[in-house]
Amino acid sequence: MTADMDNKKKNQLRRILIPVASVLAVILLWQAIAVYIIDNPFTLPSFTQVLDAFYRNLFGPRGTLTKDVVISLYHFAIGLSAALCIGIPAGIAMGWFRTADQALNPLVEILRPIPPLAWIPFAIIWFGLTHASAGFIIFIGAVFPILVNTYTGFRNVPNVFIEAGKVLGCTSSLGQIKNIAFPSAIPEITAGIRISMGVGWMCLVGAEIFGAGTGRFGLGKNLWTYYNLHQMDSVVVYMLVLGFIGIVLDIIFRHYVTKQTVRWQGQEM
Amino acid sequence: MSIVSVAHLNKVFEREGQPPTVALADINLEIDEKEFICLVGPSGCGKTTLLRILAGLEKPTSGDVRLDDMPIAGPDPQRGMVFQEYSLFPWKSVIENIAFGLEMKGVSKQERRQVAEEYLDIVNLEQFRDAYPHELSGGMRQRVAIARALANNPRVLLMDEPFGALDAQTRNVMQKELLEIWEETKKTIVFVTHSVDEAVYLADRIVVLSPRPGKIEEVINVDLARPRDRTEPMFAELRKYILRRMEEGASVR
Ligand SMILES: Nc1ncnc2c1ncn2[C@@H]1O[C@H](COP(=O)(O)OP(=O)(O)O)[C@@H](O)[C@H]1O
Ligand SMILES: [Mg+2]
Repeated sequence: MTADMDNKKKNQLRRILIPVASVLAVILLWQAIAVYIIDNPFTLPSFTQVLDAFYRNLFGPRGTLTKDVVISLYHFAIGLSAALCIGIPAGIAMGWFRTADQALNPLVEILRPIPPLAWIPFAIIWFGLTHASAGFIIFIGAVFPILVNTYTGFRNVPNVFIEAGKVLGCTSSLGQIKNIAFPSAIPEITAGIRISMGVGWMCLVGAEIFGAGTGRFGLGKNLWTYYNLHQMDSVVVYMLVLGFIGIVLDIIFRHYVTKQTVRWQGQEM
Repeated sequence: MSIVSVAHLNKVFEREGQPPTVALADINLEIDEKEFICLVGPSGCGKTTLLRILAGLEKPTSGDVRLDDMPIAGPDPQRGMVFQEYSLFPWKSVIENIAFGLEMKGVSKQERRQVAEEYLDIVNLEQFRDAYPHELSGGMRQRVAIARALANNPRVLLMDEPFGALDAQTRNVMQKELLEIWEETKKTIVFVTHSVDEAVYLADRIVVLSPRPGKIEEVINVDLARPRDRTEPMFAELRKYILRRMEEGASVR
């Protein structure tokens, strides 16, 4: 019994210790290589230089990190909410009504393969150097996964659910969409939103680097500024912050949204 | 007076590039109020099709199908249905599933909870009130499906091999419970099965169907006293007789 508990504790300790040790080892190695082998902060800034840059970017008089995070999240919010507002209704219409499917499907198939960043010239022409132009690129990246997953979710609603609904008095098309097809498609729709968030966050960097946005703040925008200034320690800071926020967004989404559907699905997504 | 009446019903399925299937040919049937009717027959003889036409989920090719002397035009909560496959809404809890029909009717939340609780009680699942369908066994799911159909207080309850996927033991328990529910709610039930044993155990009248084209072979009154005993000689005899009729029906074509 006690041996068992000892084992359990040991396992728990290992689960924490091994990853921490591994990260620490990589940091040490990085530091050693940067300082003793490469010895050139332009090619490879050291860990301590990056830490120092992080502090300056956050608290220094010329640091804009906080503002960049806020503005990038703003761009992201514009793009993602537009993608939700258009992707979900369009996916529902195409998944439910044959005519809508026939009318919109070719359009979607033509637009979908165009890489989102290829829209940057028009984003700037149409929206100017505004937050909306960056939001537009994120929208382009995010709208298709949401649309396609909503469409698939609606297409895959088991017929027996629809028929059960009909004999229980749910006979109107609108009623069936609202009470049966939509809830049944929620797992697919949320999976689509998760993909969209990932794609949207990637598009954000490209959009800002290539000049969509107001051109002053944004994680992608100032990552590029620091590159032009040859301050590679700050570039690393911005890379890590971008990755970190991406993961945090995903965790928040999983925590609040996916948990709801896991309750009735009885399985992890 | 009969509650359901079917006259000269024909159903032909036309599919592109294939010869049409005559699923039902000249079906005539009168079902009385509070009657327990079983439709039996081998797979493919049109049992499901007949039930779906009664539900309004399928349109007859020709003929007249009525409930309370009104033509059946489409699906309607007047006719409750329990499907062969599991049809509970997985995103709704047991109690929410049972209340679904009342929700569609626009019954207030409080009242539909109350009615749903009543039917939850009838199928003996009080302790699974807030469970989700994936947490229930096959038998429990079909009990919820029965409660969900009954909560709408339909005139007729249509059941399509509802216990077909259950193991023999659960199946026998479910049959017994269904008879209790039938006695308690005094519903008219049309029950499809391919098990002759199940039909003899449950039905007031058994409608034997034969395949290709699906037609009524014979209608048999089951005069055995309830509760029925499967080991009784009369039970076995009737079962044997129906099986023989089904074999004849199958070999004639
Ligand atoms: N939607 C459909 N389209 C074409 N043929 C069908 C359809 N539904 C049923 N059938 C055919 O009608 C016949 C009767 O089917 P069904 O009513 O399901 O039989 P049962 O329930 O007795 O097994 C079968 O030959 C089947 O292939
Ligand atoms: Mg069938």
